[in-house]
Amino acid sequence: MNRVRLFRICVWGVVIVLAGFLLVSTQLSEQQAPAEASTGTARVGGPFSLTSHEGERLDNRSLAGRPYLVFFGFTHCPEICPTTLFELTDLMSELGADADKFEVLFITVDSERDTQELLASYMTSFDSRITALRGSSEETETALKAFSAYAKKVPLEGGQYTMDHTTGVYLIKGDGSFGGILDMHEPRETRLQKLRRLVSS
Amino acid sequence: MSCFNKVAIALGLASITILSSSAASAHDFSAGDIRIGHPWSRIAPAAAPVMGAYLTLTNAGPEADTLVGGSTPLAERIEIHQMSIEGGVARMRSLPDGIEIAPGASVDLAPGGAHLMFIKPARPFAEGDRIEATLEFARAGSVRVEFVVQRNAAKEPDRADDHGGHTP
Ligand SMILES: [Cu+2]
Repeated sequence: MNRVRLFRICVWGVVIVLAGFLLVSTQLSEQQAPAEASTGTARVGGPFSLTSHEGERLDNRSLAGRPYLVFFGFTHCPEICPTTLFELTDLMSELGADADKFEVLFITVDSERDTQELLASYMTSFDSRITALRGSSEETETALKAFSAYAKKVPLEGGQYTMDHTTGVYLIKGDGSFGGILDMHEPRETRLQKLRRLVSS
Repeated sequence: MSCFNKVAIALGLASITILSSSAASAHDFSAGDIRIGHPWSRIAPAAAPVMGAYLTLTNAGPEADTLVGGSTPLAERIEIHQMSIEGGVARMRSLPDGIEIAPGASVDLAPGGAHLMFIKPARPFAEGDRIEATLEFARAGSVRVEFVVQRNAAKEPDRADDHGGHTP
């Protein structure tokens, strides 16, 4: 009799734990769903025209029909920009040939210090399929507007300055529509899934 | 109740694995009552004009102390900064008064928060490099430390795989 009761308690325990998991996982997916739906209508992916670290002009029309990733940063960035570039390099090497099916654009918000020469040398540390882009201050401003991104020059002590800037990696689908944000803090598997989904979009 | 025991053992094992992987490469320095835990910096891209550096400061003494600066032969200078990310926007500001460590307190300089910044590193930092530096405290004075250069943040478990694929 006692053993039967013990068995029942164990079974109920398992049932409760499983129910808990189901509840949490459905809530999580409900939280994610509206976020994606709403980002789909955000104003991201407008016209821009910039120069690559290899000196080639590149604009939104030359990317037509091709999915791409774009993020804003600068080389005088101590942490987020290099880490994002190293992480993207890792993800791309894991995706292998699938990573040939999208472009990755790193747009500097600091064209004053980020010369084409500095960018060309900086980019040798990352996957060679990643393109750094720079423009005049008007061109940079237009690119920021195209992705509803933000950047601002801020003075530091001792005459130096830094750039406040949007950190997210924007995903743009093959049809030019916004496909969400790649967050470097979310699990690696989630990021790989997002990129695979982008390739098949 | 053996089903509960198994869960408890599994959780225990998981936490031991996490603890041991973060402690694996720790190194410490001290100056007076100040302990400097695991100074580290990330691998740097070629020609990187700046690089963040991180550590944990613990004050075992009865009085507050302040990290006021530092220097290294491997960079033009070291600055103390505060980073914040709000609404998807990253901001960095100088901390000209340094970082105070209250008696008995511990302060983390970590990615996304307060950090030291190496200005104009002499060369790109490669994984496994040890960067000699001197830190200055208002009370404890100067102390020599070594920043270990690693690929991932100090508290993340090391990824054994997937270190290839780069063109340095
Ligand atoms: Cu900084």
